[in-house]
Amino acid sequence: MLWRTIGLRLLLGVVTVLAVTVLIFAATNVLPGDAARAILGRAATPQAVAKLQAEMGLDRPLVVQYLSWLGGMVHLDMGRSLVTRGPVVDLIAPRFGNSLILLCITSAIVLPLSLATGIAMALTKGRGFDNIANTLLIALAGIPEFIVGIVLIVLLSTQVLSVLPPTSMVPSGQTVLGNPQVLVLPVMTLVLAILPYLSRLVRSALIDAMASEYVVTARLKGLPERQVIVRHALRNSLLPAIQASALSLGYILGGAVVVEFIFQYPGMGTALRDAVGSRDLLVIQAVVLIFACGYVLFNLAADVLSIIVTPRLRG
Amino acid sequence: MVDMASPMDIPAERPKRAWAATLRTAFGYRRTRIGAAITLAILVIALAGPFLAPYEPSAFISKPFAKPGAEFWLGTDVRGRDVLSRLLYGGLAVVWMSVAAATIGMILGASVGMLAAYSRGWLAEVLMRVMDVFLALPTIILVLMVVSLLGPQKWLVVVLVGISHMPQVARVSQGVAADVAGRDFVLFAEALNVPRWKILLREILPNIMTPLLVEYGIRIVWSIAGIAALSVMGYGIQPPEADWGLLINENRGRLATRPLPVLAPAILIALFALGVNLMAEGLSATISGVARKTGAK
Amino acid sequence: MLDMHEAGRAPATGTGNWALRVRNLRIELPQGGDIVDEVSFDIARGEVLGLVGESGSGKTTVGMALLAYARGGARITGGEIWINAAGGPVNILAHDGPALRRLRGAAVAYVPQDPASALNPALSLQTQLAEVLEAHEPGLSAAEKDRRIRESMDDVGLRGDAAFLARYPHQLSGGQQQRIGIAMAILLRPAVIVLDEPTTGLDVSTQNRILEVVRRLCDEHHIGALHVTHDLSVISAIADRMLVMYSGRVIELGSVADVFNRPHHPYSQALLSAVPELLSRSALVAVPGSPARPSERPPGCFFAPRCALAEGACQAAAPPLALCEPDHEVACHKAGAVATNAPMHLPDPDPVPARPVLDVAGLHVAYGRLKVLKGVSFSVHKGECLAIVGESGSGKSTLSRAIVGLVQGARPGLSFHGEALHPHARKRTTPQRQKIQYIFQSPFNSLNPRQTVASILGLVHDTFNRTGADERQRACIRALNLVGLPARTMNLFPDEMSGGERQRTSIARALLSNPEILVCDEVTSALDVSVQASIVNLLKRLMEEQGLTIVFVTHDLALVRNIAHRVLVLEHGVVAELGPVGQVIDHPAHPYAQELLHNARQGDLTLRVARQGEGG
Repeated sequence: MLWRTIGLRLLLGVVTVLAVTVLIFAATNVLPGDAARAILGRAATPQAVAKLQAEMGLDRPLVVQYLSWLGGMVHLDMGRSLVTRGPVVDLIAPRFGNSLILLCITSAIVLPLSLATGIAMALTKGRGFDNIANTLLIALAGIPEFIVGIVLIVLLSTQVLSVLPPTSMVPSGQTVLGNPQVLVLPVMTLVLAILPYLSRLVRSALIDAMASEYVVTARLKGLPERQVIVRHALRNSLLPAIQASALSLGYILGGAVVVEFIFQYPGMGTALRDAVGSRDLLVIQAVVLIFACGYVLFNLAADVLSIIVTPRLRG
Repeated sequence: MVDMASPMDIPAERPKRAWAATLRTAFGYRRTRIGAAITLAILVIALAGPFLAPYEPSAFISKPFAKPGAEFWLGTDVRGRDVLSRLLYGGLAVVWMSVAAATIGMILGASVGMLAAYSRGWLAEVLMRVMDVFLALPTIILVLMVVSLLGPQKWLVVVLVGISHMPQVARVSQGVAADVAGRDFVLFAEALNVPRWKILLREILPNIMTPLLVEYGIRIVWSIAGIAALSVMGYGIQPPEADWGLLINENRGRLATRPLPVLAPAILIALFALGVNLMAEGLSATISGVARKTGAK
Repeated sequence: MLDMHEAGRAPATGTGNWALRVRNLRIELPQGGDIVDEVSFDIARGEVLGLVGESGSGKTTVGMALLAYARGGARITGGEIWINAAGGPVNILAHDGPALRRLRGAAVAYVPQDPASALNPALSLQTQLAEVLEAHEPGLSAAEKDRRIRESMDDVGLRGDAAFLARYPHQLSGGQQQRIGIAMAILLRPAVIVLDEPTTGLDVSTQNRILEVVRRLCDEHHIGALHVTHDLSVISAIADRMLVMYSGRVIELGSVADVFNRPHHPYSQALLSAVPELLSRSALVAVPGSPARPSERPPGCFFAPRCALAEGACQAAAPPLALCEPDHEVACHKAGAVATNAPMHLPDPDPVPARPVLDVAGLHVAYGRLKVLKGVSFSVHKGECLAIVGESGSGKSTLSRAIVGLVQGARPGLSFHGEALHPHARKRTTPQRQKIQYIFQSPFNSLNPRQTVASILGLVHDTFNRTGADERQRACIRALNLVGLPARTMNLFPDEMSGGERQRTSIARALLSNPEILVCDEVTSALDVSVQASIVNLLKRLMEEQGLTIVFVTHDLALVRNIAHRVLVLEHGVVAELGPVGQVIDHPAHPYAQELLHNARQGDLTLRVARQGEGG
């Protein structure tokens, strides 16, 4: 039963990804502004356009084009960049690695931090810590992440203090891990962008659980308060927290585009931004697809985790 | 038995109490009042700004990055244009674009969500699965992908940001509408053969208005962030127009030495988003307050 | 029997035969004012005290206060609650922190109202039972824990093996969940248990079995129990003595036999006269008005505004609780005077002539693969009230919804005046939709909270008529007056009305379309018994005055006796029995109908009181 449910979710995830590929492919092929014309510009002669179309395989039927593109994606053969003429994979792989590092470090910090902050706020509801933290977080929640990034640059690497590099560019041939100082500001920015949302969600989920009938029952059974909180309330408030964490991770993926841009961080976001600038369609398609897959994957993981912690969903 | 009363005995039609009460409760929270004040101030700057600006926003009137002084209160920018004037001119676009994008997202999303909640069955399933597909494409990514093909145009950005809001709004409205759609008064209207659109508008919509308004606020906040971010990255509003996001993009190269042309628009964008967010927070507090009141028994 | 009254007045120090002593309990709302005040009573060991009251009486608040717990910001601000615990008498209100925690569960335990939400959905039964032992007796060995848990499971009649204990709450039936709640409460052999409406929402047969378990456990283990309920018949089945509350005050306290046979308070008299009897039809008595909210209580006796006997003294000063006969206390200036006569008994109604208006022929309804109705056939005759009864899962609610065309998987099988009715309301003709109207179970759910009554009723009027605003308003007010509501109701929102007023509004809404048949689906089950009486009386009056035909769906056979001409017994989607009300209730032929009636007799208030009288 458990495996059947998980299998069903997995299937649903695959269908979603397939639908996304159709959407991406359609957007880049059906919309006016064909790839060849996009590269060559408006002034190109019809002959030149036709030649490039043939070279890119754009003269084949759309379905054939889609299937060959999809087949390539599955085999990690993403075609050749229209700009550098090199394989898209080689261009994206190091960027993908850097984005993954940013994602891992950020989530390793923000998930436990949000959980702790949310619990602390719920337990001091309406009193000291909760009042202060909640007010700060409500204010922070409204501020766009790139502005947080700008303010951090001003505070920590230029005007006030000058302890961190304002940009995260690394010399070619080196990785971000070799220059850990460049990670600090982007990670801080992303943490500050997610913390308000996630911690306040944990707070309200825990407050709801604390007001539930089963917590009243647990108290009236004479259980120690710590056990009431940990075993009874916290456990049941995990469910919304798991779903929200998946959304947050997806948000890091997407929102990181701007943050990467602000810090010139060599990740997928800047790769996308640059590819848009040079109309490098195959790179754009590949990056967007990776983002979408990541999103679907996070949600799948959250679904499976939810089923595992919730007996009712297990059937 | 009660005597037959004539219609004259009925007091005159009362105001829409439910609405007045919700708003009054919302403004009882300090965060709502602060948020409304900030939002109002930003709206005044954005709308009245062009009439107050001392210079033409695109006029090159000085050397680049002149220091603030009596002549140019906030100094000049990378091209030697007056920063204050560009600030005063530069709010209008982000204000109308973010409100318009949020409105598009709300109309699309709420329609899909309410339809899914009300129809249930396979139609609901298909609608929500399609929303999941859209959800897998974050705002910025979706806009960047399409803008790379069609070029950066304001209406395109507005429509795309609006569409990118649709799945989240649909999820939220489907959740709240499903609760209402299953209640007996909807079933009663169903038995009376009241047209389906009328049931959606008359029976269901008024009952989910408050959560939808909260969502509207949140969507405006996200629109501000998204649209400003696109301008900052150079794919939103295009030069030589004055725009807060664009100001950041143009002047960020000298952030280390001349932070004001970057910080000033950044602060205005942040305040706008903050103000709307605080109002949404206040409104959402009224919902949980009501839930607490009725949930007690 | 022990003289509880004398024992109750003695200072709470001795360790005699008492289990609980409550003195002058007062509980206040956060914004000031009290929910409950001047509440004092005793419970002996092995005794069950029934605490009865309608919604808003403060009965649940008192129940939880016995564990020194108050909900929703309310505070216990005065009084003493002495528990004769194993270690000697303790006043639980004098403790807090770890000391209070050790008393909860061990000295006094709580059985919650709705076990489905009171048991933690994420934890297995084993965990939830074992943690009680671990919290109070930390040194227990695993084997000893298992033994104690098995013993308790045995006590409540559940399996105590590892496989069963590994289950989660959602894998149990409602009755099993409630047994787990009780097993959890008696695990530590407390001196007192508080049962908060433990049988509400369960079928009569399940209810009877749970009550037997509670009664037996209190006898065997000498536990004193406070059984909180709105259901007088539950009290008569389980309690030794009973306590009636109204507006946060104790108004009558005495043995169950005394209070039932000689109620001294006008409210107790009214409450008893509002309960329908299974074995004969009676003229139910409704109490006019509704209880005042805590902030709007009148000076003097809180019941005075609704009391037929009230006079100057009643409005001037609140009457104290005083003895009216041995072991029987009442708080009333007019104690003992007859305010409400015992209800008049009526003969069963003559059958109406067999002129079918609605024919059901071989009706099938399925939700997916689940068959709910499997070929149901019967006719409804003009001017009669046909009751449809059955336990939960019998399909009676589905049947009533199918009649108005509100179920998805229905097949054809209905006709109205000889014309076929489409399974779906939307596909029926306008006159068909107009002439068959439906009234929903919950008046809290069936009126749009965002619309005024005027706009709720206006929709119905406009659906079937094209008139100006004046005519619409006149029609709506006429309908409101028919159900006994004043014209000013028009401008109210549903949440400004009481449950009874809302249900009347629902009925007015149905009447607006000038129907022939009114389908009533458990229309009184969400209402207090005194309000139920007024709604039943209203429906009877409408039948007589307006010539309405009523299809009355219910689980309550006593109610059926009171209103119906004929009864249809539904068992798992099949008609088990159909006949005149007197015949089906007094001489059921079908085995399922017999079982249903047997359970109903077990649960009937009048019969229980009579049995108790015989048993001594």
